[in-house]
Amino acid sequence: MINNWQTPSGMSRRHFMQHLAGSSAVATASMTMGGAIQANADEMRKKRKSAILLWMGGGPATIDIWDLKPGAPTGGPFKPISTTGDLQICEHMPMVAQQMEHLSVVRSMSTREADHNRGRYYMHTGYVPNPNIEHPSYGSVIAHEVMNQRPELEIPPFVSVGGASAGPGFLGMAWSPFSVTSNGQIRNLKMNLEDNRLLQRMAALDTIETGFSQRTRDLPASEHAKVLKKTFDLMTSDQMDAFRVEKEPEEVKERYGTDRFGQGCLLARRLVEAGVPFVEVDLGGWDNHNGIHTLFKDTKLPQLDRAMSALVEDLNQRELLKDTVVIWMGEFGRTPRINQNAGRDHFARAWSCVVGGGDIKGGVAVGETSTDGSAVESEPFSSEDLMTTVCKGLGISTEKTFTSKNGRPMKIAGGGKIINELVG
Amino acid sequence: MKRYSLLLPVLLILGSLLPLQASRAADAAVPTQVNMINEIIEQGWRDFEIRPAPEVDDSTWCRRVFLDVIGRVPTNKELQDFLDVKDKDKRANLVDQLLHDDQYTEEYASHWSTVWTNMLIGQSGGNDRRSMISRVGMQKYLRDSFARNKPYNSMVYELVTASGSTKPGTENFNGAVNYLIDKVNEEKGVLATSSTSRLFLGQQVQCTQCHNHPFNQWKQQMFWEFNSFFRQSRSLRRFVDGTRDIDHAELIDQDFAGEASDPSDALVFYELRNGLTRVAYPVFTDGKPIEVSGYVSDVNRREELGRMMLESENLDKMAVNRMWSMFLGFGFTKPVDDLGPHNPASHPELLSKLAAEFRKSSYDLKQLITWITLSRSYNLAPVLGSNNEIDDPSIGEMPKFSRFYLRQMSAEQLYQSLVIVTDASSQGSYEEQERERNRWLQQFVVAFGTDEGDEATTFNGSIPQALMLFNGDLTKKAISTANGGFIDRLTKTGKSPRDRVNDLFITGLARRPSKNEMTIANKLLFARKGNEKEMLQDMWWAILNSNEFIMQH
Repeated sequence: MINNWQTPSGMSRRHFMQHLAGSSAVATASMTMGGAIQANADEMRKKRKSAILLWMGGGPATIDIWDLKPGAPTGGPFKPISTTGDLQICEHMPMVAQQMEHLSVVRSMSTREADHNRGRYYMHTGYVPNPNIEHPSYGSVIAHEVMNQRPELEIPPFVSVGGASAGPGFLGMAWSPFSVTSNGQIRNLKMNLEDNRLLQRMAALDTIETGFSQRTRDLPASEHAKVLKKTFDLMTSDQMDAFRVEKEPEEVKERYGTDRFGQGCLLARRLVEAGVPFVEVDLGGWDNHNGIHTLFKDTKLPQLDRAMSALVEDLNQRELLKDTVVIWMGEFGRTPRINQNAGRDHFARAWSCVVGGGDIKGGVAVGETSTDGSAVESEPFSSEDLMTTVCKGLGISTEKTFTSKNGRPMKIAGGGKIINELVG
Repeated sequence: MKRYSLLLPVLLILGSLLPLQASRAADAAVPTQVNMINEIIEQGWRDFEIRPAPEVDDSTWCRRVFLDVIGRVPTNKELQDFLDVKDKDKRANLVDQLLHDDQYTEEYASHWSTVWTNMLIGQSGGNDRRSMISRVGMQKYLRDSFARNKPYNSMVYELVTASGSTKPGTENFNGAVNYLIDKVNEEKGVLATSSTSRLFLGQQVQCTQCHNHPFNQWKQQMFWEFNSFFRQSRSLRRFVDGTRDIDHAELIDQDFAGEASDPSDALVFYELRNGLTRVAYPVFTDGKPIEVSGYVSDVNRREELGRMMLESENLDKMAVNRMWSMFLGFGFTKPVDDLGPHNPASHPELLSKLAAEFRKSSYDLKQLITWITLSRSYNLAPVLGSNNEIDDPSIGEMPKFSRFYLRQMSAEQLYQSLVIVTDASSQGSYEEQERERNRWLQQFVVAFGTDEGDEATTFNGSIPQALMLFNGDLTKKAISTANGGFIDRLTKTGKSPRDRVNDLFITGLARRPSKNEMTIANKLLFARKGNEKEMLQDMWWAILNSNEFIMQH
């Protein structure tokens, strides 16, 4: 099978991609990439859609950030302030307040999963956990749907910064999140081996790999081969430069915040700019059963405020925001009642998520909760609804149906309804 | 396609060996429990009208059982010794050897200690500076327990009731305390409650802390009753003299006054979602209460809990379900630590019977391992065929165990295999090597940012794992051509490069190379301008990065 031991590496590289990729659509696209598509790249770039998910691990108290209840016994000490949008938010988010014309708050989220693992799964996939099937998460679904807009992309289409995210489910390991730390440093990226020898090693590997897949016919064997191909692509791609967040000017780094979340948001912008369709940035530590308000005021909110406002402002200035949906959410909200440890506990019945960018309308508060924040008093929205709306905001057809590997039809985003206030 | 046709005859030969398996099962050397397992599993195949994969060949099975029982692949010599034996009970004998021969005791204990450490305190428990856990202490307790083949029920009792100090070498050292040391102080011991019920009884109760569970029988009341058992327990920090650095910690039982400050009636309060307050006392899951006093001299609540857990059938079921899943890749339920009743099992009868047999054996883990590894399912080829197409749990079907399911080996198994087979570790004392291993393992852990310490691993077949195996230090060491290294030593054996390529495949994949693979080796030798070491290095790199190497199969 190997006749090109001495051929230039560019040629052989494609040859191996062909072998390692099998029939994947990505590979076919990069195989045919020639002058014509290259010339079209600028045109394609204009149309490509992306999304950034700011994941708040632990379940943040949205009643203290986006849907304040001043004066109510459950309200806590914070005061609302006005924003550039048609809504008020917490006084400790002054910089985000300046960006609210681009962001909307869904205050009528009402879900049922108040356990971390179940809530994380549900909010990431639009499906409640089911022992018989694994559903693909936001990043996998969106990357899968918009990949055809970027035939030139060689780096993973779904990057998870500083956290674990959620998996690709039945879409397969090739759509799993590429996890990196917020400084963008990727371990073990270089082999430091001359090109030809690397290719020859890959050829030997391909022979063993293919033999095993054919003998066992079991899914994990062929999934492994797809990941090898993506790994090889990434090792040999110039596009990896997008991860080098340290190349940004100092003042930009400062603007985002030099903490991990700030640098993660900056990395997200670089990746979107480079054509990555989906980036998830993790900010954990929202599981505040104790001493919530001091922590919010001194630590959590200033950190969030700086990075989130920088990201939205920067995307907007670079004219990326109109094609990039930004989502802010955790696995659930927290109880309006403040417990005896001055904390708030898990609460999914009434809480808020934030979205903006792409075709999503900014500056709006959707829905409302009761005076003490314990119940939704307008049309309630679910994870499915939010995800469907995000898809709509990215121009992805919400009629799309996947077929799981055991043949079940699955509606994209759990077949939710569109939140009309947010999309034209 | 040529490759495929080469394989076909092999499969046919294996197929013809099937009757032999039946006679082996009838042999006196095989425990009756194995027949019981086989009968129920085979009935399932008949019910679903599927035919199982052929029996797996001896080499692949040998690699499989080494990985599962002692946590690494066999060396060339170990594999060859096994293949040379002609005895028809050779598989049973190998299991016996791995479990009972002194030369494997340490590896057996170390492997199972690693598995249980990850389960009890997570992959990173004890690594954080603020943590009270001594990871070393946890491992020491478990290693000692597995080395002595301590009955499973005694181990559970000790983990749940232990008091004493976390760190080896301190006064009152009791490594078992490390399981609970970080779980009892915060949030009224909620984590102790949910972990203990999930890990040992297969009951997922974490949601019921705040509300009745939407679809399991656990109610919020039961959560706080179970929780009440942990309320006498406290973790105390012990500092390095004159500093605020934690040296170790101690888990103690002390009088519990209850939340109404009456130790003779030590109750806890919890709050319903509608804001009403309710009261709970220690009551076991089956509704059996214990004394309400909070005085340790009247009643030690954890000891009472331990005793009642040992009587629970769920304890037995959870243990066999977990062990089965570790060997066969899937348990009878998914997730493996949720026994329902809302979550039906694939083989409920087998689960019950195996649990009962395990209890009858006085919770002998080595016997349980013997039954599982000698069962027919564990001896099948890893091949999905047209006769059992529906048996595919990786796409969400209930497992029928009509073939061996491919699964990735754990990061620990990979590390240990490379260390043993190629001496990839640096030299040094046991402690230094442990530290090095631990550092290497930590690169894969990602936290979810919750108070429950949830974590995931990037050693899951994703790109970061592939990059590590392509280019990481462990691989660099394993494929090094330096003097005295694995490749160097290999070149001093055998008659020809061909022999040595054979050896390489047997070491990594427990089989000889195919014709295509030998051809590639030849081409590599040519491309390396006849430098055999470099050719072997390239080939070894390819083997270590292949699906066939990283998969348990």
